Amino acid sequence: MGSTLIDALFVFMLAAFIGFEVIRHVSPLLHTPLMSLTNALDAIAVVGAIVLVGERRSEFATILGFIAIVAATSNVVGGFLITDRMLKMFKSSRPVKK
Amino acid sequence: MNMTEFAGSQYLIEVVYLIASALFILSLKWMSSPARARHGIWAGEIGMVLAVAGTLLHHGIVDYKLVAIALVLGSGIGIPLGMVQMTAVPQRTALSHAFGALCVTLVGTSEFYLQTPHVPPFTMAVLSMEVILGSLTFTGSLMAAGKLQEILPQRPLTYRGQNVVNLGLLAISIAVAVYLVLHPEGKQVFPVMIGIPLLFGVFMVIPIGGADMPTVISLLNSYAGLSAAAMGFVLNSKLLIIAGALDGSSGFILSVIMSKAMNRSFTNVLFGAFGQVAPSAAGAQEARPVRSATPEEAAAILAAANKVVVVPGYGMAVAQAQHKVRELYDILTKKGVEVRFAIHPVAGRMPGHMNVLLAEADIPYDRLVEMDEINGDFPQTDVALVIGANDVTNPAARTDQSSPIFGMPILDVDKAHTVMVIKRSMSPGFAGIDNPLYYLDRTLMLFGDAKQFVGGIVRELSGGH
Repeated sequence: MGSTLIDALFVFMLAAFIGFEVIRHVSPLLHTPLMSLTNALDAIAVVGAIVLVGERRSEFATILGFIAIVAATSNVVGGFLITDRMLKMFKSSRPVKK
Repeated sequence: MNMTEFAGSQYLIEVVYLIASALFILSLKWMSSPARARHGIWAGEIGMVLAVAGTLLHHGIVDYKLVAIALVLGSGIGIPLGMVQMTAVPQRTALSHAFGALCVTLVGTSEFYLQTPHVPPFTMAVLSMEVILGSLTFTGSLMAAGKLQEILPQRPLTYRGQNVVNLGLLAISIAVAVYLVLHPEGKQVFPVMIGIPLLFGVFMVIPIGGADMPTVISLLNSYAGLSAAAMGFVLNSKLLIIAGALDGSSGFILSVIMSKAMNRSFTNVLFGAFGQVAPSAAGAQEARPVRSATPEEAAAILAAANKVVVVPGYGMAVAQAQHKVRELYDILTKKGVEVRFAIHPVAGRMPGHMNVLLAEADIPYDRLVEMDEINGDFPQTDVALVIGANDVTNPAARTDQSSPIFGMPILDVDKAHTVMVIKRSMSPGFAGIDNPLYYLDRTLMLFGDAKQFVGGIVRELSGGH
């Protein structure tokens, strides 16, 4: 138990540093799509809700889990959709280099 | 049960999660340039599909039907939310923060009731963090979305002792959390740990005005990420910890950028004490003379210019003027005028808002220039055309120590040879701060609706051809 906790903290620490480094390099031009993308990725919390509903451990947990899946899935679908729509709009005045 | 098969599928799930985590990181990495950003979405989508599919292999899942119904229902809600107008993106984003936080809070609550009274202290501590952050983000984001959608009054609502009340509420929820760590069987106090932060979320956003929304949305983004990471600790899911940490750090970085652009200290942001612009001495201003111009005169000046910088603000979005602005851009470019757009980090209602609106109007992104890059060019600029921006162009931020926005980085439009400001009337802006820019000799006020006025200039320029 103790070692899994430490492992988890290491993972969190490393992921936070990677997040800082990667996001620091995102152009301010794309801050809005960045936010909708991280929002969609964050909705990976849906996996926790899926297990909760799928296991049917209690009526209460199943109901809450069901709402949680709906909420998170709408973020996944809506988030990716709008991010894609936004990024499609960003065009350069110069011809695209392949 | 066959034990080796069980272990096998567990390993498979973990490997799938590992791949999904890598794809999520790549997804954000590819966001660094507009040319490759769409690859980032694909990486994210593949990662998401893999993770969800992998989860369905989970050995304990017995009821697929209910999961499937929920997934379909969620997608049904998600599609319209993904198809909103670009001007509605800030409220959509706030709403999605609320949904994310709702999911995390509900899962945390279920976990507590399933595990109580045997919740290990560390699990209880992170679970508390999960539901506290989750529930305050839920109501806070709903409030923000309501203000942005203008269902709720946009005016900041402040009262004496606001911070004391807010900090008090936060202290109570933390005290309950500590109690639960020591007494995880205390089922009856758990609802308090949800109810108080729900209230706190409302109170946190009440004092916030529209101009502060970029900071608030970023901060709520960060909270949503952190609560998801906390959920990862509770469920011992490394994938969730990584996704939450990425989202949390993204929101955090954006909050820092926004607070710097508003010249607010970081503690100010952390405690949510924004929106408290000191009431300025409105009303006592005597009417000073301003010079105004008609669309015809403005068109003549623009046509004679070599370099034009357009400064868009939230007013442009409100007037839906971005497509007319694009026509102006086209016609001036055709005449050989160099047109660029100066983007202040907090222009609009969320980080990057102006860029998205201008990109939607088909203005090439390499014409959109950040504040630090363009500020040095204003002295060589013939015309600075301010459309619906106010405080971000206020020279008082540089010179007037008594101004509430003193020290805030601004776009130095007052250094351009001619400044033209499209504005409905002389009434002070949202923050109620007078803008000395309007009284300069080189400034021309163009009174009217941004869309109509720009349309008038465009007509004049194309007609006189």
